[in-house]
Amino acid sequence: MSNNNPVTFSKEELARYSRHIIIPDFGLEAQQKLKAAKVLIVGSGGLGSPSLLYLAAAGVGTIGIVDFDVVDDSNLQRQVLFGVEAIGKPKVLEAKKRLEALNPHINIILHNTQLTSQNALDILKDYDVVADGTDNFPTRYLVNDAAVLLGKPNIYASIFQFEGQVSVFNYRNAKGEPGPNYRDLYPTPPPPGLVPSCAEGGVLGVLPGIIGSLQALETIKVITGVGETLSGRFYIFDALNFESRTFNISRRKDNPLNGENPTITKLIDYEQFCGMKAVEKPVKEITPEELYNWQVKGEAYQLIDVREQSEYDIVNIGAELIPLATVSANAERISRDVKVVVHCKMGGRSAKAIRELEEKFGFENLYNLKGGILGWIDAVQPELTKY
Amino acid sequence: MATVIIPTPLRKFTNNTAKLDVKAENIQQTVNELTLNFPDLKKHLLDEQGQIRSFVNIFVGNDDIRDLQQERTEVRTDTVISIIPAIAGGYA
Repeated sequence: MSNNNPVTFSKEELARYSRHIIIPDFGLEAQQKLKAAKVLIVGSGGLGSPSLLYLAAAGVGTIGIVDFDVVDDSNLQRQVLFGVEAIGKPKVLEAKKRLEALNPHINIILHNTQLTSQNALDILKDYDVVADGTDNFPTRYLVNDAAVLLGKPNIYASIFQFEGQVSVFNYRNAKGEPGPNYRDLYPTPPPPGLVPSCAEGGVLGVLPGIIGSLQALETIKVITGVGETLSGRFYIFDALNFESRTFNISRRKDNPLNGENPTITKLIDYEQFCGMKAVEKPVKEITPEELYNWQVKGEAYQLIDVREQSEYDIVNIGAELIPLATVSANAERISRDVKVVVHCKMGGRSAKAIRELEEKFGFENLYNLKGGILGWIDAVQPELTKY
Repeated sequence: MATVIIPTPLRKFTNNTAKLDVKAENIQQTVNELTLNFPDLKKHLLDEQGQIRSFVNIFVGNDDIRDLQQERTEVRTDTVISIIPAIAGGYA
């Protein structure tokens, strides 16, 4: 940054940042770069908590947060941004409250939404740096591709159980050449189900604290230009054995984003790319409103509930209970003469049941209740118990 | 004997062993020996065609075998081989 940098500091800010400014290799200039910087943190969870706290404390002038979730009590084991009083409230609002209390000299911008192929470029375009702290492969590839298409550095960190990974992707060196990105490191994601998520496999609470702090460190280095970033390198931390290794990584000629023959020039459907929509045959659907109309008109139909008895006991809408695992054994109970509406809690298990019955027994009269019993309660009978 | 470091997500397939010694001259032989001794590892390391999966990276020393000689990359007795699969956690 040039010497005529217009960024100035108040007396309070100078006092706050004095421990930065007196570091000989950091100084006022690096602090000015932090204040001028706009950083987007995708996900304010396990990794986002420490990285947001440190980046806010360090004086990054504008911090954007993308998150659509609310705080759950199972988050508090590692998401140190939040306290007990935040449970049930939107994460972005709680994060903003905490960060503003920590540093009133910075600007926090909230994106209370899920990052999607439709909104990602629009959200990312206003920021200088992106830090990815999400928990699933489709969003990892989405953030990567959006960052590469927009030419932004992407500070990558990921964790699982006892293992952490950090790198800096798409960072342009002094010659203007971009470094490797996520697709250079991992060209394709694992098929669904092969690698469990943290929600299924668990994570030691302190691990995102360590790895998220490293993510904040690399973010600060990318902004200020101080030190050597992890661009072109891939850092691994094994908390169980306390071993860390740093590998060299490089760009691939066949990278579909910015290799020799790029084939991806805009954002794609990342769930499909990650195999999450594969081989699932669509089933016929009915909305709760349409089903209600059938009831009102007195139309003949059969209603099947494929949930478990314990769920049926909490709330039911008068359907015949045939739990998913037993639908084939009970196929003769399902009518072939009238339309049959199948429901579960949210629509996933009933879709499976319909596919199974269609494939094995050739049913053609089955309809999946969209949104399951929860959708029905929202649309038709709000007085019933939701669980 | 070369040493292979098994990442935590795959240790359940290696009797929770983090480091394994292999008698191998290259990466192909290393992978063969691992999948022979621990058959459950196979589907995590290799695709249906027997190729190393594209979400599993293998490093010899500090370098990606894709930047060396792929499966033909030589392995010596003092070589440390790291298997690093993609992980996506961080939020939940």
